[in-house]
Amino acid sequence: MYLSSLALKDFRSYEELALNLDPGVTVFIGSNGFGKTNIIEAIGYLTTLSSHRVSTDAPLVRIGTESAYLKGVVENLGRSTTIELEINPSRANRGRINQNAQRSTREIIGHIRSVLFAPEDLALVKGDPNERRKFLDILLVLRNPRYASTLSDYERVLKQRNALLKSAAGMRRVDVSALSTLEVWDQQLVAIGSELILARMQLVSALMEPVARNYKHLAEGHEISLVYQSTIWQNPQNSKQVELAEVAAGFRIALDGVRKREFERGITLAGPHRDDLLLSLRTHPLKGYASQGESWSYALALKLASYDLLRSDGVEPILILDDVFSELDTTRRDRLSDLISKNEQILITAAVPEDLPAELDGRRVAISRDGDSSSAGGVL
Amino acid sequence: MYEGVVQDLIDELGRLPGVGPKSAQRIAFYLLQADPADVRRLVEVLTTVKEKVRFCATCGNVSEEELCRICRDPRRDTTMICVVEESKDVIAIEKTREFRGTYHVLGGAISPIEGIGPDNLRIRELMTRLANVEIKELILATDPNLEGEATATYLARLVKGMGFTVSRLASGLPVGGDLEYADEVTLGRAFEGRRSLEY
Ligand SMILES: [Zn+2]
Repeated sequence: MYLSSLALKDFRSYEELALNLDPGVTVFIGSNGFGKTNIIEAIGYLTTLSSHRVSTDAPLVRIGTESAYLKGVVENLGRSTTIELEINPSRANRGRINQNAQRSTREIIGHIRSVLFAPEDLALVKGDPNERRKFLDILLVLRNPRYASTLSDYERVLKQRNALLKSAAGMRRVDVSALSTLEVWDQQLVAIGSELILARMQLVSALMEPVARNYKHLAEGHEISLVYQSTIWQNPQNSKQVELAEVAAGFRIALDGVRKREFERGITLAGPHRDDLLLSLRTHPLKGYASQGESWSYALALKLASYDLLRSDGVEPILILDDVFSELDTTRRDRLSDLISKNEQILITAAVPEDLPAELDGRRVAISRDGDSSSAGGVL
Repeated sequence: MYEGVVQDLIDELGRLPGVGPKSAQRIAFYLLQADPADVRRLVEVLTTVKEKVRFCATCGNVSEEELCRICRDPRRDTTMICVVEESKDVIAIEKTREFRGTYHVLGGAISPIEGIGPDNLRIRELMTRLANVEIKELILATDPNLEGEATATYLARLVKGMGFTVSRLASGLPVGGDLEYADEVTLGRAFEGRRSLEY
């Protein structure tokens, strides 16, 4: 698949931007802070309905305006699809697919498939479990858009359950009616949460091979392993041997075990919202063990592996590399460009052309200044 | 800010559900320019509604009398009670013409975020009804979203072992939605295909 055009209105610093794109390599060149990452962010938003840089929508809308508008046209196997999105921080966002208004913007997910690698991705390796959960969830939804509603349902049930726990924590004695409604939320938490846990476990086992393969290409081998560690079990379980009913049973037991503390603290203490993806290298946990270069390679291998998985599902995604070559040493740069040179569409940003490996030949688009509507027009 | 009474009008309109500051302003200026007779009629309806309309003593549906039109109708089957969140859901189900029983309007759904628990809904009234009238089937037609589902589950557990069938509307209703927005055909089908619940 490739993106053939992108139009932005009042998105970040752009009052208006229209860009035509080709398959193959396109490089956006411009100094940092000049808006090239905004283009990448917009494509990412059309892919996942979230930004890789901020967690709320407000910063995405140009100051002084009420909403931002994004439009992307993707070409896949001779068919073209137009995706439009209006971002409204103060009310519901709206989406259209081929001019048809959608009941929910979630319908958009899956139409544009891209994998983004950005400097922020180092947090996959060095950051909180939250970063790794987000990585798994985004990939889960891209591979199977129905998980978008599983995720938002889980978040909602969690909020309801936490609100109930909090109100019960305020009571001197937990009354019977509060307890009986807790049981109702437990049931939903377990039903939705177990589905999410199982899906993540299956995803992690599917990622093993491509992560190892890509890591090997980037960093000369070394044993790596990925383990989904759930708060509902003491020891990690193998996704191939576990069934939904077992996950649900484990979740139930875990909830029983933390119940007393949950009432004290007013939050849900077990479930997929507290799980983690354990990354290890040569049997050591990565965090605090791997060198900077190894960490970069690992993060990149995770992203390239998600690319490979999406491609094996039948659609070749768009690969986006945001300012990453400057972070890699020469060997890794060359290996990366080796790995990706045959992809259908690669969008790259860089501050200066010297950051790029020589073999990466492609169209160069200069980004000259933030907010300048003609800025992306020139081709070097 | 506008002068005195104009701003008061905008503020009052802005307190209505679904009306933001901008719409409130638009409606206010529409009213200012409207024909006085039209505005008078609106005022009369608003006054009458508050004077005359109350909630049915049996089912909690909006009504102009002690009992609502449905509870007064001798042809309705009182052994079947369909539990809904709001009066507007009664209207939606009535449109399908699938159901000849009676209703019970809860006045919302369980939602701890909004501070709504079982005690804030008309559940005690429902239990009294169930204890005093012969019931064959209780249909839980709360909204097909998490809160509606939680409320249905809670009720199903509460009435367990009382000796009648408890059923839930069939799936096929758009999940995450409001009952009132389901079209008649979909809602009718959901009614026909309702499944009995076991908790
Ligand atoms: Zn009535």
